Amino acid sequence: MNFEFLYTLHLADNALILGHRNSEWTGHGPILEQDIAISNIALDLIGQARNFYQYAATLYNGNKPELNGLIKAPAFQQVTGEIDEDDLAYLRDANEFYNCLLVEQSRGDWAKTILRQFLFSSYQQLLFSRLEGSADTTLSAIAEKSLKEITYHVRWSGEWVIRLGDGTEESRERMINAIDALWKYTGELFLSAPYEEEMARRGGGFAPESLKEEWLKKITATLEQATLPIPKEGWIQQGGKQGIHTEQLGFLLAEMQYLQRTYPNSEW
Amino acid sequence: MNTATETGAIALTPEQVFDSKVDQEIRIEPRDWMPDKYRQTLVRQISQHAHSEIVGMLPEGNWITRAPSLRRKATLIAKVQDEAGHGLYLYSAAETLGTSRTEMIEQLHNGKAKYSSIFNYPTISWADMGAIGWLVDGAAIMNQVPLCRTSYGPYARAMVRICKEESFHQRQGFEILLTLSRGTEAQRHMCQDSINRWWWPSVMMFGPSDDASPHTAQSMKWKIKRFTNDELRQKFVDICAEQVKLLGMTLPDPLLNWNEVRQHYDFGPINWEEFWSVISGNGPCNKERLDARVKAHEEGEWVRQAANAYAKKHRQ
Repeated sequence: MNFEFLYTLHLADNALILGHRNSEWTGHGPILEQDIAISNIALDLIGQARNFYQYAATLYNGNKPELNGLIKAPAFQQVTGEIDEDDLAYLRDANEFYNCLLVEQSRGDWAKTILRQFLFSSYQQLLFSRLEGSADTTLSAIAEKSLKEITYHVRWSGEWVIRLGDGTEESRERMINAIDALWKYTGELFLSAPYEEEMARRGGGFAPESLKEEWLKKITATLEQATLPIPKEGWIQQGGKQGIHTEQLGFLLAEMQYLQRTYPNSEW
Repeated sequence: MNTATETGAIALTPEQVFDSKVDQEIRIEPRDWMPDKYRQTLVRQISQHAHSEIVGMLPEGNWITRAPSLRRKATLIAKVQDEAGHGLYLYSAAETLGTSRTEMIEQLHNGKAKYSSIFNYPTISWADMGAIGWLVDGAAIMNQVPLCRTSYGPYARAMVRICKEESFHQRQGFEILLTLSRGTEAQRHMCQDSINRWWWPSVMMFGPSDDASPHTAQSMKWKIKRFTNDELRQKFVDICAEQVKLLGMTLPDPLLNWNEVRQHYDFGPINWEEFWSVISGNGPCNKERLDARVKAHEEGEWVRQAANAYAKKHRQ
């Protein structure tokens, strides 16, 4: 049950943190139509996160004695009775978040936001198309529902990668900077955390190692079309999937969680 | 003046055709002849409305990253996104009158065009998301519902869609306050404090009183406007004075009282000095709001250029 719970949290955290980052653009996008588009993607991701958190909360409430030790944050420990999606999102500490490092990086400029979305959504698309076949019917249902949205995210962000790579000199340079900033965080996507390995063994989840080749093919094809250089395999920065994050996440959570932490046991 | 044609039939002047359409409640469409002043009034009003939607995204956007639950976060993003959509419909409606979105945005950024002054007030607590929905969107709806019947077709049609979404926002806002009003002592305090701060600016949203409103008479004649500022303001006060009771809160007006004779609520004097001062640039957040819009626009310049360059390269 540990593995199932952590695996579900990992999927939820990826979606929430990236949704949160994208929502920072709402009202500040480069053009009205794209402000709406990035806000839409934020909404899709937060919707996915809610589905996963609600499932994780059900797992937790049904197996409390076994799972109780997994979340030690004092604010979370003080919750009496059953937990819900918000307790998981707002009361865990940074080291209890299992999202990959890629999604927590600052939104940067439009090039960085676009590239991150493309790298992540392409990964998510491959993973969720496998998860559809999960022996866990809830995970399978969420994956199936999310895939329709993700297909659009891949298309939208891929088109922007091409447009910016093959646009002006400035946009090209910004894309190259974005690749430099983000590439080191992509390796982690394809290195299994223990809960991923265990879930793959049980048929509930999927080990991401075998997705890498297909992912790289997709990314390479798009970067080529965008006339952008293909990055070499290099240093892999990892840790997020096991709760060891970059400095960025703490600030994000401090902002996101402040009301729930300041006014405990309140309905909103 | 009518002119007799060769066949002896009486041809109407374009102005007479226009007037008769307005009289008969037939919508004026983009290709129809219209008086220059009518066109100017509409461009001014529609673009001001569009700018208000876009600037209005900022005070609420403030709280997206701090929304206290996942459900609230999602509905707040959706709401702010709706406002962007309203801005789009309205810019498109104004473009049918021959002014481009680029021109309108330029006028916003250089201060030539106005937006609703209400957005120059700060959102300093979560309860403000509720008060804006209930009061600000409430006042906006009061202004906007009659615009669904306004004489210019594209504007009227845009307003139909906008009003549907706005009334949804208003209910959401009220529900935020209702939840707070049933919450802890601190939450109830947050709720009352927010109503105290947003009440008067919302009452001012209807604009100057009728005797100081320069455009009202002509706009009523052209059926762009259907009710005067003071009529709408009274309606708003009457409704809110009742609704606030459901929250167990009060409106910050010691002179608010039901008047049996008038069958309306009496209310205290409006601080017009504050109203004009905020309009002329001295509100708490005028500079921040405009700066944020200009910054987003300038930082987006390279993105728009790249998209254009790409489109040009691949046009063949």
